[in-house]
Amino acid sequence: MSDKKTELVKHDEVEHQYEAGLAKVNADKFTDPGIEPHRVRMTDKSVKHEKTAARQVAALFLISIAGSIFAIWAYFGFRVYGFDLNSIRNNALFLGLGISLGMFGIGIGAVHWAKTLMPDAEVSEARHQTRGTEETRAAAIEVIKLANEESGFSRRKLIRRSLYGALALFPIPGLVIFRDLGPNPADKLKHTMWSAGAKLMRDPSGTPIKASDVQVGSVFHVIPEGLAELGENDATYGKMLEEKAKAAVLLVRVDPADLKESEARKDWSYQGIVAYSKICTHVGCPVALYEQHTHHLLCPCHQSTFDLTDECKVIFGPASRPLPQLPITVDAEGYLVARSDFTEPVGPSFWDRKA
Amino acid sequence: MAMTKKLKNARRSPWAAVAAIAAGLIITGSGYAAATASTPTDSGSSYTSDQVDSGHKLFLSNCASCHGKNAEGTANAPSLIGVGAASVLFQVETGRMPGQASGPQLQVKPVQFKQADIDALAAWVSSLAPGPAAPSAEYLAKTGNASRGGEIFRINCAMCHNAVGAGGALTGGKYAPALTHTSAAHIYEAMVTGPQNMPVFSNSNLTLEDKTDVITYLQQVQTNPSIGGYDLGNLGPVVEGLFAWIFMLGGLVLITMWLGAKSN
Amino acid sequence: MTTANNTAKKGGFLAGTANYLDERVGVAGILKTFGRKVFPDHWSFMLGEVALYSFLVLLLSGTFLTFFFQPAMTPVVYDGIYGPLKGAHMSVAYASTIDISFEVRGGLLMRQVHHWSALLFVASAGLHMLRVFFTGAFRKPREINWVVGFALFVLGMAGGFTGYSLPDDLLSGNGLRIIDGMLKGVPVIGSWISSLLFGGEFPGENIVARLYSLHIMLIPALILVFIAIHLFMVVIHKHSHYSGPGKRDDNVVGYPLAPVYVAKAGGFFFIVFGAIMLVAATFTINPVWNYGGYDPSPVSAGTQPDWYIGWLDGALRLTPSHLEFEAGGYTYSMNVLLPMIVGVLFLIIVALYPFIEAWVTGDKREHHVLDRPRNAPTRTAIGAAGVVFYAVLWAGAATDLIATNFKMSLNQVLTTLQISLIVLPVLAYYITKRLALSLQRKDREIVLHGRESGRIVRLPHGEFIEVHEEIDEYTRYKLVDFVNYEPIMARPNARGKITIRGRIRASMSRWFFEDRVTPVTPAELEAAHKHGKELH
Repeated sequence: MSDKKTELVKHDEVEHQYEAGLAKVNADKFTDPGIEPHRVRMTDKSVKHEKTAARQVAALFLISIAGSIFAIWAYFGFRVYGFDLNSIRNNALFLGLGISLGMFGIGIGAVHWAKTLMPDAEVSEARHQTRGTEETRAAAIEVIKLANEESGFSRRKLIRRSLYGALALFPIPGLVIFRDLGPNPADKLKHTMWSAGAKLMRDPSGTPIKASDVQVGSVFHVIPEGLAELGENDATYGKMLEEKAKAAVLLVRVDPADLKESEARKDWSYQGIVAYSKICTHVGCPVALYEQHTHHLLCPCHQSTFDLTDECKVIFGPASRPLPQLPITVDAEGYLVARSDFTEPVGPSFWDRKA
Repeated sequence: MAMTKKLKNARRSPWAAVAAIAAGLIITGSGYAAATASTPTDSGSSYTSDQVDSGHKLFLSNCASCHGKNAEGTANAPSLIGVGAASVLFQVETGRMPGQASGPQLQVKPVQFKQADIDALAAWVSSLAPGPAAPSAEYLAKTGNASRGGEIFRINCAMCHNAVGAGGALTGGKYAPALTHTSAAHIYEAMVTGPQNMPVFSNSNLTLEDKTDVITYLQQVQTNPSIGGYDLGNLGPVVEGLFAWIFMLGGLVLITMWLGAKSN
Repeated sequence: MTTANNTAKKGGFLAGTANYLDERVGVAGILKTFGRKVFPDHWSFMLGEVALYSFLVLLLSGTFLTFFFQPAMTPVVYDGIYGPLKGAHMSVAYASTIDISFEVRGGLLMRQVHHWSALLFVASAGLHMLRVFFTGAFRKPREINWVVGFALFVLGMAGGFTGYSLPDDLLSGNGLRIIDGMLKGVPVIGSWISSLLFGGEFPGENIVARLYSLHIMLIPALILVFIAIHLFMVVIHKHSHYSGPGKRDDNVVGYPLAPVYVAKAGGFFFIVFGAIMLVAATFTINPVWNYGGYDPSPVSAGTQPDWYIGWLDGALRLTPSHLEFEAGGYTYSMNVLLPMIVGVLFLIIVALYPFIEAWVTGDKREHHVLDRPRNAPTRTAIGAAGVVFYAVLWAGAATDLIATNFKMSLNQVLTTLQISLIVLPVLAYYITKRLALSLQRKDREIVLHGRESGRIVRLPHGEFIEVHEEIDEYTRYKLVDFVNYEPIMARPNARGKITIRGRIRASMSRWFFEDRVTPVTPAELEAAHKHGKELH
């Protein structure tokens, strides 16, 4: 306690050295002329004006009453059941207008009343320093000293230290109990529902796609085989959303001559048909704006732009990594299928995505 | 209660899953077979030879300077061989063609031709090679399933055109136009031809039924009243935020000024 | 006792009630202390009230909504009255939001009231903060109350975001997707945070219920506690007032609480409520039925957060490409971390500004008379730079809409904003500082030579002059009542050494106060008058 006090004084001394930094209040200063004299209002001068203002206030309150009644009528007057969007619209509109009028009447009336009929001469009230007087402060220190003596807080080291220890530890169970908010993410982020031979299916219908269905310049929104079925069942609907959030794919066919494919990925496409993850490598929005002629893929959320013909490298915007490519081929019946899962984690980056 | 429990257990058994998947496959498979009917094409057979001839003349005097005498395309404009009547109708009926000053994208303008002339142009272009034909009325009847159309629209179209077709930005000054006033025929034609940078949605991608559903959905969105009041262009939270700052807070600041001003 | 009872009988019901309350809660003492407390009257002092009242509207409308909203992600097939969604798969949360809109009378209105007042709450709190900043109202003894107000602003953002995410529609789902992506980018623990928040993988089946608990319980409770502290401190300090005749650091000039201020402030509550109601009745906000239920595959063009999160979204968009790198086998997602760091730093600077300025000025006096912004040129310039910085980030969240509505290239808009983020705040700083200084000089001119009257007079020798009218002493006092700060010098301490801290402080002080205009003194005025007379 006493240590802190001396520190405080020291601090003040330091501040004292910077007295030059304080404001220079010029001794040769204009004197304060005091509050401006009150300007008399019309309502103070003339009884007629005063009466008019009083009537106006009352009229505003009456308007408010009318508004509230109108609101009640509108509530019952406009049905919202049955397929009539106009009735729903009118219910909200007239109910709202009525309540609004009810509110405005009271509000404007009260303010008008205050402004015209209540005294408008400004008054002054003394203001005291926030800091307590020296006596108060001395008394406060006395209280603390007394409390300290009576409890022996400074004196009884063992009690004090064990209390600190207890206080430091007691919130930790409160943090630990949140552990079960979610499971260990483990490797789930690194795998998707795609596997070798999984058919590419249309989103949302879940129908398979033949290579011959895919024209140059067309785009298919694709989900893995089996995903649509997960959505059919209430129990697996959530699972479907989770899988879809990783496995959504965009399928595009371009002129094979336009594709710049690295040696390792030569057999990842099929006759100019390429499949890329639709989940942005920035923060995970679906990247789906495909421009047929520029072959740009644009993310509508933060405008990352990927070049589809150049293995979806980032050409603009905040993303860093190319969209992962799904290796595809066709099966015996000509349906497009995946060669494997993605070869890297899809979607936003995370700490141990490479580990 | 017991009944539902049983049912749930049954659904969870591995055999149920297999059965469900098998059933799903059969249904989707047969659906697929029905759906793969290819895009209706037309090589000008539905037009008269008079139309084709007058279309050719119109083409030579209005279009050939960019698209080439035989519509083979030049450095300035693409070949029109095989683009079909749908493409001509979409581009010319919306005023996009004939194009004006070069820019990132063709603009919608007042239509430059009479309907008969447009049909003639379509007739001639579709006589060059088979291509997507004009939609038949049944697909434009707006009698599809709007809810399903909405889902298809959100997955395939909303990322560019916005969930209610208010439009959106593309790269380098290009944009996806608003669909708030686009006719059913033009929506259909745009899907089958993929004008400019829009991808093609052929019938092997979105079936004719899908297209009808999308058209029905858009038509409902176009004609439904804005239920909550004036819609501020359906442009979402940015416009709402600006409105809150400028009109709500701005209005209230004006009121506070009235509040603080002395009455006379 | 008997006398009290007697007066109660005499005064009727009202006096009876007053007596009853006084004998149980001592209401007489409270009224005696607070009933005639003086509140200064100025329009800009009402901005905080707009925030307070819109929060009350939020509580009222929010309570109505909780009676109908079901915060569950259980899948259902929609079978309500809205055609374009019939038969669609969605969560219970989304379905109940649609039902509130279409099948509960007044439900749509209440949803819109709730959302509009949320936008207004954060906006008015922000504007109130700006008023406090530019008038120096955060100075001693109000530094802590600034921090409390700052906490309220941040809590407002949190409340808004958790509410935005509840309907579980396509828009809010993609908002959560972005949050998920940002969290995953946090080094070491990113994917753990995401897993704990979502209860597993994104989107999971828990997030709506969890955000709901935060949105209707924890966050509003915290906001209420902080509002209580905020107002309690206003009572302790008494409201500050603008400089002017009769206004000093040891008094407060204005109107008494009862009746004038009660009528004005009470009336203003109804006006704010009425205004929100009017907007909610006539303008649609977040028409969730347009977006469909959340599905991770689709996204709508124009996917943006509400305005108060916009600046963070803008920061994400304006980050340059390819900032991510790998080291030691781990991924450093700087393209996500950089905007988060910039955002947090910005907030920290805002929260700590009063302490920074207090340290630089070394001023330990209490301030109850507010600065006119021009009389603190450096602070005003810093504020302007901060506002512009925030505004550019904010505009960054709307790059796509700017591009389509003004027919520009999306890429150019983004690049322009990236440059603007660096250049414009600097520019705003210099322009504002010069503007403030020249306004101060203008004030000096007016005090010394009077106001230009617009009357042109021809002098006997043929010269034309514009007559300057001398200003009255009240106006003059308003123009001269500010103090002059001089920069501090670095001085050696007790050991004769100039510390680094001292040096930094001295140079900061020089930066703050080097350019300054001093207030006119009576002697200067007299000299000017003499000079003027000689001329005539």
